[in-house]
Amino acid sequence: MTLRARLGVRPAGNRFVLDVPLDADAGHTVALLGPNGAGKTTALRALAGLRPLSTGRIELDGVVLDDPGARVLVAPEHRPIAVVFQDYLLFGHLSVLENVAFGLRARGLDRHAARRRAADWLALVGLAEQAGARPRELSGGQAQRVALARAMVTEPRLLLLDEPLAALDAGTRVSVRAELRRRLAGYPGIALMVTHDPLDAMVLADRLVVLEGGRVAQHGSPAEVARHPRTDYVARLVGLNLYRGTASGTTVTLGGGGVLTTASPASGPVLVAFAPNAVGLHTERPHGSPRNAWPVRVVSLEQHAGTTRLQLAGPPDVLSDVTPAAVAELRLAPGAPLWAALKATEIRTYPA
Amino acid sequence: MAGDGTAGARPPVGLVVPAVLGLCFLGLPLVGLLARTPWADLPAQLAEPAVVEALRLSLVCATSATVLCLVTGVPLAWLLARAEFPGRRLVRAVVTVPLVLPPVVGGVALLLVFGRRGLLGQHLPVSLPFTMAGVVVAEAFVAMPFLVIAVEGALRGADRRYEEAAATLGAGRWLTFRRVTLPTIAPGVAAGAVLCWARALGEFGATITFAGNFPGRTRTMPLAVYLALETDPQAATVLSVLLLAVSVLVLVSLRERWVR
Repeated sequence: MTLRARLGVRPAGNRFVLDVPLDADAGHTVALLGPNGAGKTTALRALAGLRPLSTGRIELDGVVLDDPGARVLVAPEHRPIAVVFQDYLLFGHLSVLENVAFGLRARGLDRHAARRRAADWLALVGLAEQAGARPRELSGGQAQRVALARAMVTEPRLLLLDEPLAALDAGTRVSVRAELRRRLAGYPGIALMVTHDPLDAMVLADRLVVLEGGRVAQHGSPAEVARHPRTDYVARLVGLNLYRGTASGTTVTLGGGGVLTTASPASGPVLVAFAPNAVGLHTERPHGSPRNAWPVRVVSLEQHAGTTRLQLAGPPDVLSDVTPAAVAELRLAPGAPLWAALKATEIRTYPA
Repeated sequence: MAGDGTAGARPPVGLVVPAVLGLCFLGLPLVGLLARTPWADLPAQLAEPAVVEALRLSLVCATSATVLCLVTGVPLAWLLARAEFPGRRLVRAVVTVPLVLPPVVGGVALLLVFGRRGLLGQHLPVSLPFTMAGVVVAEAFVAMPFLVIAVEGALRGADRRYEEAAATLGAGRWLTFRRVTLPTIAPGVAAGAVLCWARALGEFGATITFAGNFPGRTRTMPLAVYLALETDPQAATVLSVLLLAVSVLVLVSLRERWVR
């Protein structure tokens, strides 16, 4: 099972809102990650057939589903694709069992067989007791599981999930995320998930495609993306400082001003990244081992669990995580002048 | 001003006086009707064969007209709300015309089309004017806009993403309409059907013009009221109270279930 797609969506007379190549193989879970308005949901709707492509092509298992150039467009109901919608869209007038059986009935299975299969799936997701309930009687987590069962019971070759955990409260989210991970791991088809939450993407997917402004900004395994962010958006998501610059040996001249000394030599355009907790702060110019030191000014302080994140103006501007004790000791307040220090070995350098 | 912002706001006299006058204007005729009703003779009057006949005919015709409106009006509302086609605004105008058209004119128009020498009537094997079927046609003509407008409103208010969800589950448009759209808009359809039925029940002008006034065949309650007024005012009062009771019943059922 393979998905080969190039999604081009361009409203009449406008510039592209989406221009994205997308490939995936059976058994894989791909996460489309991106800020609001990046085109994630448009991509999902195009794959489902709810939004025809302007250009490009969608091919699933060798069958062309959408190809405006060849005037091919398969209607949503004829695609081997199912969707778990963001707010689930369970049918309020049908029972939970009938909701799950809906897709099977629509695809021509007789009532008894459809209900039996639906009941099996409800048992699988632990909701056998809720079979007769109406969707409005369910908790958020239960509704999510029903939506997942309703989509998966038809055994789609491509399962699309639109922000599958966004509608859940923080407590439910953890357990539902773990369960979703198990379900997707055992799912033989291709799963494609749209999310703006990096944690969901990292936990659930084995490949990330980061969208920004309708284009692919970065793609790769979660570990790769987390270690080597290529855009400010991704760097913020994974909580790293990221700069573009030009390397010459172990010296990197940053595009936005400032120079960093790294441990690994390189040359030409590079990206450099380091964690906020690698940045030390001092009231005076530090002496000794750190290879990088530059004057900064505190812009803002933000309390996180156990640490305080400082936004510091450089050049270069930098994020630094310090302990509450350090905040008190250094008498940190917006506007305070400080020295930032960073060991060369804490910096990752990779080609831009 | 104390407490919540509206507490001290006294409505201006210039609004209250005309408002009370308006209320009296609407309420007094009903009070007068009830005050003049011969309550003691009511059971006997209601049991009159002519009254029973007119009521039965009215109920049967209004219900048939409503069914006719449902069968054709719901699909028409769907087209107006969901389909893109040239001339949609014209179609909506045509649907709305019977609302503003004097019913008598509607009756005349129906005669010109379905009459024995009418555009369609001369080719039809059955004659509609001056028959019970003619009553149903006249009532449906006048009452249909109420249903179409109510259903179209419900369709526009319905969340279309549920229909998309049904499509991704493999349901074609017809199945989606039956299993998802129709149940979702059921309250709107019911409200529209009740309004439609009430309008059909009270229909006078188009009915008497197109279907005439034959006892037991086309003489519905409103026609009977009008006729009785000339010969037996008390009977007219009784029939009117009966129609009023039916109308109030409809209004109450609407308020409690669908109108908030």
